[in-house]
Amino acid sequence: MSPTARDEWRERYERSHLRDVPFRTMSGIPLDPVYGPNDAEFPGVFPYTRGPYASMYRSKLWTMRMFAGFGTAVDTNERFREIIRAGGDGLSTAFDMPTLLGLDSDDPMSLGEVGRCGVAIDSIVDMSDLFAGINLGEISTSMTINSPAAPILAMFVAQAEAAGVARKHLRGTLQNDILKEYQAQKEFVFPPRQSMRLVRDVIAFTTAEMPQWHSVSISGYHIREAGSTAAEELAFTLANGFAYVELAEEAGLAVDAFAPRLSFFFNAHIDFFEEIAKYRAARRIWARWMRDRYHSKDERSQQLRFHAQTAGVSLTAQQVEVNVVRTAIEALAATLGGAQSLHTNSMDEALALPTDRAARIALRTQQVIAHETNVAHVADPLGGSWFVESLTDEMERQAEEILATVSNKGGGSMLDGCINGIEDNWFQSRIADSAYELERALNADERIVVGVNRFLEGNEEDAGEILRITREQEQKQRDRLRDVRGSRDDERVSAARQDLARLAADPEANLMPALIVAAREKVTLGEMMTSLGNVFGRHVETPSI
Amino acid sequence: MTIRVLVAKVGLDGHDRGIKVVARTLRDAGMEVIYTGLFQTPETVATAAVDEDVDVVGLSMLSGAHMTLAPLVVDALRERDCSAPVVVGGIIPKSDVDELKRAGIAAVLGPGATADEVVSVVRGAANAAT
Repeated sequence: MSPTARDEWRERYERSHLRDVPFRTMSGIPLDPVYGPNDAEFPGVFPYTRGPYASMYRSKLWTMRMFAGFGTAVDTNERFREIIRAGGDGLSTAFDMPTLLGLDSDDPMSLGEVGRCGVAIDSIVDMSDLFAGINLGEISTSMTINSPAAPILAMFVAQAEAAGVARKHLRGTLQNDILKEYQAQKEFVFPPRQSMRLVRDVIAFTTAEMPQWHSVSISGYHIREAGSTAAEELAFTLANGFAYVELAEEAGLAVDAFAPRLSFFFNAHIDFFEEIAKYRAARRIWARWMRDRYHSKDERSQQLRFHAQTAGVSLTAQQVEVNVVRTAIEALAATLGGAQSLHTNSMDEALALPTDRAARIALRTQQVIAHETNVAHVADPLGGSWFVESLTDEMERQAEEILATVSNKGGGSMLDGCINGIEDNWFQSRIADSAYELERALNADERIVVGVNRFLEGNEEDAGEILRITREQEQKQRDRLRDVRGSRDDERVSAARQDLARLAADPEANLMPALIVAAREKVTLGEMMTSLGNVFGRHVETPSI
Repeated sequence: MTIRVLVAKVGLDGHDRGIKVVARTLRDAGMEVIYTGLFQTPETVATAAVDEDVDVVGLSMLSGAHMTLAPLVVDALRERDCSAPVVVGGIIPKSDVDELKRAGIAAVLGPGATADEVVSVVRGAANAAT
């Protein structure tokens, strides 16, 4: 008799190191690590629908990774230390708009935006302040940055090495997912193909020199926030993932050399079961495509691992405390869906960046789920539910249909399909259509949102204290930048910038080493991006409603 | 007369879900809507408002830059002798509303505004100006 999926799972489970907690219910009923008939799908076994690992949270709870950033690097460093003190076990950096667009804080376009919705990083000096007193060899760090991902990674590596941590020991994630910027988040700088060259350079560099680093976090989060349906979030994200696989293969990398370091980032929205089905379908589709279409042999290339964030768009400005409940339900969906890390939004984020108190409650929400509810004891607890299995299959069917459309748009290439779909506005208009449909349903009362179109008593109450970023913080950052510019060796700065321009013009060159040199010379982010942009050109989106 | 509205994204904020939904909502309510596209400056918005001879300028701001940029749009319009009222929508805390109004903003639509409110506020601003 050939071994069943259960046998395969058991063999892996028995090799796993388990957390030292009693795996039983509150009343003492002992719990199996997973449930199902012998021929069912099992976690840690292809196609990984039920989870990438055999033991799931019995070995390691998800990483409680709280996204934070505001004001100057010194301000955000304090928040990071607060998160670590409160029991958060991963950092995640939110950058301000100028940084996301590769502009310095003293650029005229940056006026009013410095430090507002993230931290301002102009140079390696800010990067050093951001992580001062934090051991980057121990805590993993995620950086949500895309157009300037390569220059920001260069600053990160340069400051970590200056602080004594070798690049090979750095653990973390660079978002570096430029395709969804054109599709959804819209923080783009260079044209798509030139941007993809930078993504390629990062993948090649980290594959060779930063074995513990995740080179791309392929992100559906922003696609969903921009208004897509769950199936569109799933399909567009996977399509982008396959595009990066093809990009790296074109650069001559073997699939199993880089694919194990790709990770995903999904939204955890309010439709509880649909979200769980989405995560399950994502793992199944990724595994099949990576094995059958891209011929990976290493199972890690086929195991989709993801970070989740609760849905910012589901938060209401009315009766903000109710957002704690929404976030808790969304976080529960992410954990029942097998997320590897999770950020929970704060209740006041429909109004402003979160206060310390609101951010702490958001972290506590995860801690309640992790330690009080016992939901982490059993892998994929909803697997085998007729409803959830059927919804998973339907998610998969809809996503495969969209993936086929993207593949056709690229004449069989997912890479070309994604770029063509951006250039002809296909992704963008589908997302805008879905967003409008959701709004229409809300206005027609087909969709009920508490405090918005029903149950309005309490809306008149004041939301209380919110975080304010002052104009003084913006000026302080400009003053810091002026001091940095005054402290440099101008000849070396100019030589480093010339190198960047020369290498940018050579499509075969990898820009990462020259960016790291430039970072050490305190070349600013804006200067690096200008040197590259003079060669790459700029992307302008044709406005459409 | 059909109300003509310019909807604009000023500054570096790429969040365009709201502005697209609002643009379609106003269009469905019978208005003519022109969208500037992303990454505009106060000057490009004011120039477009004059060129398009609009009745109302709508700004969508979610990045926290509204206190700096919205008044600059008003100034740029008035410098061009354009009296079109400016309506700001997005993540605008209630505590900022008074200061925005003192800076010449006609109306503010916060994160809880419904489609009906958006239409009636824009219509009201257009009618008050004529």
